[in-house]
Amino acid sequence: MGLDVNWALRWLALSADAMAEHREELIELDRPIGDSDHGENMDRGFKAVMVKLAEAPPETAGAALKLTAMTLMSKVGGAAGPLYGTAFLRAATALGDTADVDAATLAAAFQAARDGIVARGKAESGDKTMVDAWTPAVDAAAAAAGDSDVRKVLLAAAEAAEAGAVSTDPMLARKGRASYLGERSIGHRDPGAVSSALILRAAVGAAE
Amino acid sequence: MTVNLVVVSHSEKIADGAVELAVQMAPDVLILPAGGTDDGRIGTSLERVMAALEQAADANSDGTVILTDLGSAVMTAESALEFLADPSSVLLADAPLVEGLVAAAVAAQAGADSAGVKEAAEAVYRPPAAPQHAHQHRPPEAAGDFELINQAGMHARPAAKISGGLSGMDAEVTVNGADAASMTELMMLGAGKGTVLHVEASGPDAVKAVEYLRGLIGTSFGEP
Repeated sequence: MGLDVNWALRWLALSADAMAEHREELIELDRPIGDSDHGENMDRGFKAVMVKLAEAPPETAGAALKLTAMTLMSKVGGAAGPLYGTAFLRAATALGDTADVDAATLAAAFQAARDGIVARGKAESGDKTMVDAWTPAVDAAAAAAGDSDVRKVLLAAAEAAEAGAVSTDPMLARKGRASYLGERSIGHRDPGAVSSALILRAAVGAAE
Repeated sequence: MTVNLVVVSHSEKIADGAVELAVQMAPDVLILPAGGTDDGRIGTSLERVMAALEQAADANSDGTVILTDLGSAVMTAESALEFLADPSSVLLADAPLVEGLVAAAVAAQAGADSAGVKEAAEAVYRPPAAPQHAHQHRPPEAAGDFELINQAGMHARPAAKISGGLSGMDAEVTVNGADAASMTELMMLGAGKGTVLHVEASGPDAVKAVEYLRGLIGTSFGEP
C-alpha cells in the first residue's frame, strides 16, 4: 500500500506540530550562527500552511505539497522560505496527481526536493546547510526503495537526515548568513539541517 | 514602450525608497516595489513578487528586469520565475540594488531592451572599461569644451541625462576621458561646478552628440 493525500496532510500537520514544539530550539541554534529567526519563521510558515490547507483542502498529495510550497515561500520570510518552498514544489511536481505514491516515486520526490534546494541555494554537501541533511536522506531513500515499502523509505530518509544534521556540527559554514562567521561557525549545528530532519521525521509519523 | 522594473528587497521601506529615487530619473518607467513580507516584516514574499511581476506583465510586453538585495531575495525572485507562465520575459539583474536600479531605470527610460537594461544595472560595479585606447588612435570627429554651471556639478541626475540621451545616438562619446554612456563613470569624474568638461565624439552621430551635451550642460541640466 502506498501513500495518499491523507498521509500528506498528516505529514504537514505533524511538521507544523514539530516546528511549534521545536521553535525555541531552532531559534537557539540559529542565534550564534544566523539571525535567530529560523524557529519563528518555520513555525509561522507551517501555521500558515495549516490555514491554507483548511481553506482549500487538496485532493492529492501533490496538490497538498504545492500549496505548502507557495505558502512557505510567501510566509517564511528568510532564506528558508524559498528553499523549503522550492523543495516542496519540486516534490509536488515529481508526485504529479498520483493518488497512491509508491516507494520509487517517493524516493524520486525526495530527490527532486533536494535537487531543488541545491539549485536554489547553490550549496553543496559539506557547506553546513540543509543539504547536509537532505543528501544523505535522498541516498538512503533510494537505497531503501528497492523493498517497495514506503514506510522503510520514509524511515531511512528520516534517520539519515538526523545523522546528517548532527554531521554539520564540525563543519565550516560556506553558505548563508553563517558563512560570514568563518571559523566561528564550527561547533554549531545548522538549524536548517535540523528543521529538515524534523520534517522528514514527521513524514514517518504520518505513515504510522 | 519601455522595460518594466521590479525591486525585491527584504525591507518594504528599502524597496519603496529605491523606487522613489529611481522614478525621479525615469518618470516614464514602471518601477514596482516588492519589499518585505505579506505582513510587513523584514523578509521577502513570493506573493508580493508575483503580484508585482504580474502587474508589470499586464502593463506591457517589453519584458521586466528584477533587482534584488540580499541572497534570499534572489532566491525568492528565482522561485517566482518558476511559477510564471512565461519566465523568458523576466530577467534577473545581478547588481547592487540602489545603484543598479538607477542605472537600469535610466537605460529603460532611454528605450533599451530588457537585456540592455539588465546590462546597464550589472555594469554599475564592474571596473570601468580600460581607458579609451580606441579614441587615442583616431581623432574625434567632433569635440567641445563646456563649463559645468549647475550648483551640484556632475551628480546622478545630470549623469543620467547625459548617458540616457546618448544611448539613442550612434556615437562613442567621452567626457574628460570617461565613457559618457556610463552613468557611473560620469559620476566618478567628481566634476564640480566650474569644471570644464572636454567632450569628444566619434561615429555617425558625433556632431549631434556633442551638440546634445552642449545644450544640456549649457542650460545647467535644467537645475539651479
